Amino acid sequence: MLSIDNLRAWGANVSEGLARCMNNEAFYFRMIKLALADETTYVRLRAALESKDLDTAFECAHALKGVLGNLSLTPLLKPVAEMTELLRARADADYAPLMAKIDEKLAELKALAAE
Amino acid sequence: MYQNFGRFNSTDGKRQVLVVEDEQINREILGMMLENDFHLLYAENGREGLELIRANANTLSAVLLDLNMPVMTGYELLEVLKADPELQRIPVVVLTGEESAEVTALRMGAADFITKPFSMPEVVMARITRAIELSEDRYVIATTEQDEMTDLYRREFFYHYCEQFELHNPGRPMDAMILDIDHFHMINELRGRDFGDEVIRLIGRHLKRMAAEDGAIAGRLEGDCFLLLYPHTDRPEDVLEELNRTLLALDDRGRVRMRMGVYPADDAGVDVPSRFDRAKTAADTVRGSYTRSCAVYDDRLHQRELLNESLIDQMDEALRERQFVVYYQPKYAVQGGEPRLNSAEALIRWQHPTMGLVSPGVFIPLFEENGLIRKLDRFVWEEAAAQIRRWRDELGYTLPVSVNVSRVDMYDPDLAETFRSIVEKNGLTPDALMPEVTESAYTEDSEQIIRAVEELRALGFRIEMDDFGSGYSSLNMLSVLPIDALKLDMSFIRNMCRGEKSIRMLELMMDIARYLDVPVIAEGVEEESQVQALKAMGCDVIQGYYFSRPVPADQFETFIKEELSKC
Repeated sequence: MLSIDNLRAWGANVSEGLARCMNNEAFYFRMIKLALADETTYVRLRAALESKDLDTAFECAHALKGVLGNLSLTPLLKPVAEMTELLRARADADYAPLMAKIDEKLAELKALAAE
Repeated sequence: MYQNFGRFNSTDGKRQVLVVEDEQINREILGMMLENDFHLLYAENGREGLELIRANANTLSAVLLDLNMPVMTGYELLEVLKADPELQRIPVVVLTGEESAEVTALRMGAADFITKPFSMPEVVMARITRAIELSEDRYVIATTEQDEMTDLYRREFFYHYCEQFELHNPGRPMDAMILDIDHFHMINELRGRDFGDEVIRLIGRHLKRMAAEDGAIAGRLEGDCFLLLYPHTDRPEDVLEELNRTLLALDDRGRVRMRMGVYPADDAGVDVPSRFDRAKTAADTVRGSYTRSCAVYDDRLHQRELLNESLIDQMDEALRERQFVVYYQPKYAVQGGEPRLNSAEALIRWQHPTMGLVSPGVFIPLFEENGLIRKLDRFVWEEAAAQIRRWRDELGYTLPVSVNVSRVDMYDPDLAETFRSIVEKNGLTPDALMPEVTESAYTEDSEQIIRAVEELRALGFRIEMDDFGSGYSSLNMLSVLPIDALKLDMSFIRNMCRGEKSIRMLELMMDIARYLDVPVIAEGVEEESQVQALKAMGCDVIQGYYFSRPVPADQFETFIKEELSKC
């Protein structure tokens, strides 16, 4: 179950995220759950990285960054943001570690929501 | 005060804002921030956004636009919007996470930007509100929106504001009023353009004040036509009277006046421009009236409009099915003893299968307005010529028949040729078919008319000037007008009973005809006393109910036979 405390403990900038949501907790939590429920962008991102389709990968990362930024889900936002910047430059890097980090933080957040 | 109409202080209505953003969560967060203050519409991509913008062009106050979207990007949509004159006034606030994009968007015409992740709600609200206010202020001062002379709104913006106003004030019924200056064209001619401009400005000031004080919206169409969306009143004539009283300042004899047409507020759900069109229809019914200056659109007018449309639609079929029939009214020469049959006038009648006899007073002005009259006129000329020939063959009598030629016919370069071929086809000489041209055609388009008339006369046709005395002939024109007969306007005959002055006027007309050395025809004569008086004055030919109303060809034969029996 999401709560202000466990989100804050996890590292989210809860006051900022909540403020954007007009301080409506129920709404804020609903948005976070929505963000977690929709896997498709993550799936597309992984696939694109696999096939080295950096254009598509950038689009996906960028979209994720927007949503995560709005919800101030900092621990997950950080690696996504880093990946976005690399992909913006179409850098020929090894994205696997970053992707792993993203998956890790995503799993943590899902765990928070599931508790 | 005028600026308030940009702000639409409303308790019920909120301004409408469209959010174009592909990510659902972002859409919802923005919605959360804005829904207390705005009615929100949503689109998931540029194309959807564009559709919604077009559909709501008149009521959208702003668009929030994400730049990164599939299908049609924010940039593409922005470009389309700014290129479209109907849509370019709607302020667009772009959503973007990148600085470079901000500058680009602003250069492309975006009003402002909001960063991603979104700024705090207060900032978002402030940016949007300011973008809306700035764009609305721009409307009030932009010269294309307002008429230069009066500062009143011009047509499209006037309608736009009316729609906005009603959206935000649904509980306030408003009448659509249209105001025209009587005889403005004459006022400019007689008193000069500067005076005309003064009149326009005075009206503009008055209407502006009315807009501010009475909570109305005022606009000006080209020329002498003004629009007013006014809080519903059962006495619209009072609004008109107030305006006409103000105009006394420019002419204390009340020769500068306006007339008004009103489409009252109702639930019919008619769109704003159409309400003003109907107000105009109402205003047209009092144009030229000396007794009424204010008319309210009612169902009768609506029915008449529907009827007119249906008559226009049916004209071709009616011609094909010979629903149009030519009637003839005899004209008698009255000088020297017994009246003698001189000629006839051909008049068109419409025998409608379901409506019965449709009055020419109804369909002729209608067809004159849209040029369909040419077909009808042509039909009459052909029929009349054929009929003259028939009478000649069957009765041995060639009766000249006069036929009406509408102003629009005079512009046909083949007019003379048409007449020539018609008489030739029927084995007649030109003096058998007499074109009648109304006086106002001579005066309003004189060069063209005179040219056309001279061509006809050169071929041997004799021209009658119809409705003489109702137009604006100047005295020096009269001496050079090419005509072969003068037909007095019926109003002179009708006014004969009014007394000395009217009789004198008639005598003067006869003098003019004598001066021009042409015969005079009097139309609309009903009584013996009129016949005697006209005869005494020197009138040559008389036409009217006194002798006969217009009748179909077979009935007219009687007159010919009578005439023949006299010999």
